[in-house]
Parts: sequence; structure tokens; C-alpha cells
Amino acid sequence: MHSTIKRPRYLSYCLYSSLILLAFFVLAPVAWLLLMSLSSPTDLTKVPLQWIPSQWDFSRYAQLLDGDNGSGERFLAAMLNSLIIATSATVIALFAGVLAAYAFSRRNASMLLMFAFLATIMMPPVTYILPLYSAFSDLGILNTKVALIICYCAMLIPFAIWLMKTNIDVLPEEIEQAAMIEGAGTLYTLRKVVLPIILPAIGATAMLSFLTAWDEFFYALIFSSDLSAKTIPVAIADFSAGRVTDFGVIASVGVLASLPPVIVALFFQRFIVSGLVGGSVKG
Amino acid sequence: MRSLIGAKQQKWLLLAPALTVLALISFVPFVKTLWLSFSDSEISALPTVVSFIGLENYIYALTDPDFILSLGRTLYFTFVSVGAEVILGVAVALLLNQQFRGRTLMRALIILPWAIPTIVNAVTWRLIYNPDYGALNSLLMQLGIIGEYRSWLGDPDVAMNMVILADVWKNFPLVAYVALAALQTVPMDMLNAARLEGANAWRRFYKITLPWIIGPLLVIIVLRSVEAFRVFDIIYVMTRGGPANQTKTASFYVYQEYFSYLRSGSGSSYAIIVALISIILIYGYYKAAKRQNGSL
Repeated sequence: MHSTIKRPRYLSYCLYSSLILLAFFVLAPVAWLLLMSLSSPTDLTKVPLQWIPSQWDFSRYAQLLDGDNGSGERFLAAMLNSLIIATSATVIALFAGVLAAYAFSRRNASMLLMFAFLATIMMPPVTYILPLYSAFSDLGILNTKVALIICYCAMLIPFAIWLMKTNIDVLPEEIEQAAMIEGAGTLYTLRKVVLPIILPAIGATAMLSFLTAWDEFFYALIFSSDLSAKTIPVAIADFSAGRVTDFGVIASVGVLASLPPVIVALFFQRFIVSGLVGGSVKG
Repeated sequence: MRSLIGAKQQKWLLLAPALTVLALISFVPFVKTLWLSFSDSEISALPTVVSFIGLENYIYALTDPDFILSLGRTLYFTFVSVGAEVILGVAVALLLNQQFRGRTLMRALIILPWAIPTIVNAVTWRLIYNPDYGALNSLLMQLGIIGEYRSWLGDPDVAMNMVILADVWKNFPLVAYVALAALQTVPMDMLNAARLEGANAWRRFYKITLPWIIGPLLVIIVLRSVEAFRVFDIIYVMTRGGPANQTKTASFYVYQEYFSYLRSGSGSSYAIIVALISIILIYGYYKAAKRQNGSL
């Protein structure tokens, strides 16, 4: 598979040393986070550092994954909140997104409206936050998962529409027309004809939406105040700002919170990269 | 549904769920913020009388040197971060476009920084920069580059650049992936012809590759700028705007005006000014995307 073009030796050296440098730059911070989570507190406070732990210390993971202590309880509650909020918002956004995408692709909805949708998520959240805060407060849903699910829907829907629209656009319209001539309604056609074909795109959209919701910090910081709604990014900010003096605990929380998105990203790389790139590179 | 209602109504029915959410969660709050920005409203538990004060908040904001400085810092953050991400991203894309063993693995590997949540990224780099026990201090000392440990995030002269480094690490993969995808569309025969005619690598890049990938790059550059301009989370975790306000960006400024000083009226005027600058950037995105895709 690899071609046999001859490369001058000095270029090979350049290439491989750049690659090693790149690998170091990308991996070193991640590797260090992992090492910190497994080093004993004494190793972490040596000057200069003890890079490789003198003994492997798994106690923080045991502590965090056990709900019977303060840190563990806070961590597990936040992970569960994040999971519920990100999943719900993703499902709702996909539903609303696929319907709207069909309107843009096949029912001539104005592209200006599409752009207005996209513009809403490009605005800084500080322009929305205060009226939302008072509205949620009036409705009595501050510090609930519902408030965050609603906000995240607004954040995910425009992006979901855009991704799915670009995928519906390239489908040949004849199949849908055939189905409609047979007497199928729009929703039926959408569900039975269009959805099965764009399933990979829906998968990519779902994953990107989930990761975006999992990552969100600003709304979660403002709208949640205790275990009933705090998400994992807020919990991490708390851990790192609080009185925790052991870096290992903070690092362990970071590692565990990164696991879901990293696993998704590595396993579904092709999907995700095509989704990310799709909007800017014409296929 | 098909025979009962026309295509036009169908269009709006299909749009209804998305439209409702966005109207309630984005459009209405925006208009309310705009309205508040012309008032002397304050956040208070008691009902207060709010009066309309015209442009007073805006005049105050635009003559407030602290706010102007925070806008400048935000532009600096945006410009330097995105600039570095583009240079690094394109360089990495060119590198990963070469043929070498392990290419698939390397291409997969660079998704890692992007996949790590922003807050974890911020916390990780804060620990790396730690003045007493941080990895950066230890590494530079062991390499003999610095003689004693430094407080990277505590030094007003370097703190912002250290935050930028963390941001670049997290976001360059996105640019790299876009550039890599764009590189696949560059016609090889053109490059080969240029090579035969004796054009060197830099000239081939500058004259053929770059013009070919600039469209997609422009889209991602503006998109990243829009994102970078509203930076908040990484600042909140790494520096809280310090030291000496050197990393206090516009979003952080508005956040404090609202939730530390409880001035919703003047805070809203700051928010609207930030939004206006964002709108200029968003318009740039619209132009770039339109140029690239034709339709939008």
C-alpha cells in the first residue's frame, strides 16, 4: 500500500523528528494527567518531580467510584447528571433537527433562516444568560436538570439541522417522490425512506451533540447549585477550586470525565471527523 | 397530512419544534438583554423600580477603560490563539498528508486533545503550570532551561500566553482535520507539473496548495474566532481573570458585572457590545461559508 517514492535521507529525518515532536506535544499532557492520577501525593510534591510513580496509587479511583464518601458522592452524582442531561438534549435536538432539516432541504425553507439559526449559537452566551436566569427562576426550575436540557437543546438544534441538511441535500429526490406518489405522507416518507439512508449522518450528529453537551460549562455553572443538577464540568471546577490539596484527586476526576468523550472520539473517529469537517470542505 | 395541508404549511410544521426552542431560549432573551441595556436595572431579591436611561450605560461602558482593556485582551486572545491554531493545524495537516508508516495511527491520535473536555483541559494545564510542583517547571529545570521554579499563571506578563497555549493544544486538531480534508482535493498533477518545472516546496505550497485550501480554512478560521472571542470556561478555571486582570476577557467581565456586582442594566450593555462584535465576526463567517458552499 505504501508507495515506494524515494525520499532524500535528510527529509526522512525531518519528517520523523517532526512526527515525534507532534506525538510528544499531543500525548504529554494526557500522559501526565494519567500519571498524576496514579502517583502518591509525596511523588507529586517532589522538586523536581518524580515522573514515574515510585508506587502506583489507585486509591483515588476507588474513592471516586464509591458513593459512600463526600468526593465519590459528588463525582458520581455529577457524572449521572451529565449523562442524563446530554442524552436527553441530544435526543430532543435530533428529533427537532431532522424535521427542520427536511424543511430546509425539501420544502424550500429560507436559507436566511438557516443562517439565523446558526447565528444564535455563535453569539456569546452572556447575551442570553440573565433573561434566562430570571425566566427559570420564575418557573421554579433553577437548579434542575430540565433547565439545562432546554438550554442545551437550543445549543444543539442549529448544528444538528445543518449537519443533517447537508446530508439530505445530496440524496436523489426521486425515491421520496416515488413514495409520495404511492400515497405516503411526508412524515412517513421521512421516517421510512430518508432516515434509513442518512442513519450514519444521524449517528455522527448524535455523537457530536452529545460531546458538545458533555463539554458545556457556562450555563451549567450559572443554573446549577447542588448535586441535583451540577454537571461534571462544574464538579471538576469545584474540585480544582476547592480545598482538595491532592492533585491526584483532581487528575483522577479529569481522567474519568474524559473517558466517555475520548472513547466515543477514538472509536467513531471517521464519523466524527467527517461531521466536523463536513460544513467547511465541500465534498 | 399530505393531502390536507399544503407544502407551505408543511414547511412551517416541520420547522415548528426547532423554531419554538430557538425563539424562547435565544431570540427572546436576546431582545430582553437589549431592553435591559437601556435601563438601570439591578439584580435584587426585592422588586425594584427600573427606569429607562437611554444610552447612559453605553456611554459609561465605552468610556470605561477597564472594559475597553478587556475587549482588547479578548481580541488578543482570539487573534493569537486562532493564528497559532491555523499555523500549527496546517503544518500538522501537511505532515500527516505525507506517506509514512503509522500514518493512520497518527491521524487518529490528534483527535485526543479535541476530545478531552474543555474544563479537564483547563485543569490539566493549570496543574502543569503549578508554581510549586508543576510539570512544566520540573521539566524546564531538569533540561536546564530555567534556574528556578516560576509562577506561570501568576505572572501578569505571561499568564495570557500560557492560557493561549492551553487553548491551542485543545483546538489545533480541528483546524488540522479541516486542512487535511481540504488537502485531499488539491490536484496532484498540478503539484507534479510544478515540481517538474523546478518550483521548490515552499513555492508549490504558496502558489498551488494554499489557494486551493484557503476556502475551507477561512470558514474554520472565522468559526474558531467566533468561539475564541466568547472565551470563558478556560479563563474561569485557570486564572479567574487574574493576575492583575491580565486574563479578564469580555465574557468574564460581563459575568462579573452580572453575578458579582449584580448590575444587570450596565452588564447588559456590555453584553450587547460583545454581541455586536460577535455579529461582525458571524457576518464574516457567513461570507466565508457562502464563498465556499455557494448556497450558504
